[in-house]
Amino acid sequence: MGKTLAEKIWDDHIVRSAAGEPDLLYIDLQLIHEVTSAQAFDGLRLAGRKVRRPDLTIATEDHNTPTLDILKPIADPVSKLQIDTLRNNAKEFGIRIHSLGDADQGVVHVVGPQLGITQPGMTIVCGDSHTSTHGAFGAIAFGIGTSEVEHVLATQTLPSTRPKMMAINVEGKLKTGVTSKDIILAIIAQIGTGGGQGYIIEYRGSAIRELSMEGRMTVCNMSIEAGARAGLIAPDQKTFDYIKGKPHAPEDFATAQSYWQTLFSDSDAKFDLEITLDADKLEPFVTWGTNPGQGLPLNGSVPNPADIKDAEARGAAERALEYMGLTAGTPLKKIAIDTVFLGSCTNGRIEDLRAAASILEGKKIASTLRMLVVPGSERVRQQAMKEGLDKVFLDAGAEWRNAGCSMCLGMNPDQLAVGERSASTSNRNFEGRQGKGGRTHLVSPLVAAATAIRGTLSSPADL
Amino acid sequence: MEKFISHTGTGVPLRRSNVDTDQIIPAVYLKRVTRSGFEDGLFAAWRNDPEFVLNQPQYKSGTVLVAGPEFGTGSSREHAVWALQNYGFKAVISSRFADIFRGNSLKGGLLTVILPQQAVEALWVAIESDPTTQIKVDLDSRTVSYGSTSVAFELDDYTRWRLMEGLDDIGLTLKQTDAIDSFEAKRPDYKPKTLPIRI
Repeated sequence: MGKTLAEKIWDDHIVRSAAGEPDLLYIDLQLIHEVTSAQAFDGLRLAGRKVRRPDLTIATEDHNTPTLDILKPIADPVSKLQIDTLRNNAKEFGIRIHSLGDADQGVVHVVGPQLGITQPGMTIVCGDSHTSTHGAFGAIAFGIGTSEVEHVLATQTLPSTRPKMMAINVEGKLKTGVTSKDIILAIIAQIGTGGGQGYIIEYRGSAIRELSMEGRMTVCNMSIEAGARAGLIAPDQKTFDYIKGKPHAPEDFATAQSYWQTLFSDSDAKFDLEITLDADKLEPFVTWGTNPGQGLPLNGSVPNPADIKDAEARGAAERALEYMGLTAGTPLKKIAIDTVFLGSCTNGRIEDLRAAASILEGKKIASTLRMLVVPGSERVRQQAMKEGLDKVFLDAGAEWRNAGCSMCLGMNPDQLAVGERSASTSNRNFEGRQGKGGRTHLVSPLVAAATAIRGTLSSPADL
Repeated sequence: MEKFISHTGTGVPLRRSNVDTDQIIPAVYLKRVTRSGFEDGLFAAWRNDPEFVLNQPQYKSGTVLVAGPEFGTGSSREHAVWALQNYGFKAVISSRFADIFRGNSLKGGLLTVILPQQAVEALWVAIESDPTTQIKVDLDSRTVSYGSTSVAFELDDYTRWRLMEGLDDIGLTLKQTDAIDSFEAKRPDYKPKTLPIRI
């Protein structure tokens, strides 16, 4: 019987397997950031252990960094200590680090691909659940906790239980104004936040093939929001072209590519679960609740919990509407927004900024809201400035910031106030995610830009 | 890691589903560089509400959290496990856990027990009708028992053995260093390296 793409990669990385034990998997790359690594390095020191492969490890600062005045000392002493701790650990253990001010500083999942260090057929981990982003290149990439970060630092391996395999086929052609973000939000709304639990999802089908590499990253990024261990897409010519010319592209590109070309699910491979989605029918999507599965097409209305049969889901919807300050039946497009956030590992890459700028060009954002534009990395920021996108955003009345995770998780000063409502291109609409008491609606960059202009949730077609 | 064989304590009924790790501990509490002191951030947003279950005096000394389905979704932050442990929880019971949270908890010695939703509901009722109900979570027999009720749970033999012996995962893997060495010797040259730096 044939193998799925993920099974091929998994099997290629088994260092040891024994009955009744998890497989010991070799890890090709570990990405490190300041929030989930300090305790891991401490553990190494306590045990007198070294980092086994500093040359398969790379660090950057993203979660806790300011997006203003980045070259001044960090104002919050606790944040400063965390960043300084990462810098000291990188130095002590010989790990490459891209710090504030460096072109390759930024959201860790934007940095890997831009360096060309994310490649097909790899196993990639990071102490961050959105590591699934790298699956867009045909890699098994997944988030881990700090104990596992330490484990990989010490051994370059991870004991892992083989997940089940799911295929999600997205067939057809997206309508104008419908994007990769809408695909993944629709998938999560369909299978739920636990639908992918225990699975690696392979995204397939003509609509996925049609996406750019950056669009594919957006889809894979939010695999975790469906509960999946990882998400991936078979590499193709687009993947190879994206890597070619990047700083860490293989020197022997032909040999690498001939291996990469073997990375696809065999026609007789067996998936534990297959789901199909019709791309032609998709609309711009937006979340109305407090988990990413609570989403609807933007043309819809806030649902009535009384219509939900399942008691658990009904209770969750009631709580969500209360927290979100929404009334059942309100058209989603009537919801007024206070802050638009464009950025994150989901939608902070150059194509996302271009898409939003194409809508905002020559227009002004509504006087009732603020808009933050936070490039995913310093390199993305520089590229955008080269293209004049910063000017488009500034002329429209938006704020043009430095790179980082920023308001996606509200760990740095970029936060929503109590009761403030955002339209955000990020990945999580959890209670308080973007600031205590803040209310989040997840949207695509196109919807974010149109919303910024109109002041209420909108798609470009509404302009 | 401390051995986990059995724990007996009172329960805290958390009747919510999809309790994500941002709820367990919001990002602003993740700035510490130690593994301790995270109890202040545990369920921080809800702790302001006097009605919240942890603020009710009868549940103050609970050590077994009994939660709704999809517990621990979202961010991979192991701080969520540390916050629960720092607060005093020894075990969490739910019908479904998010994968990363569950992995983190079992690495760190916080026992996450999967029971059918029906058994979780029964346990909620038992705790709410008598908050002093003693709940025994026994890894040896893989059962949760209280009053005259005993419910079996599944946990793979390997993880159970590791927890009961209190074994450090890294130490176990380092015994396989020869296998890692020989795997590395066969890795293809085209696999990327982060060093030396190429720009």
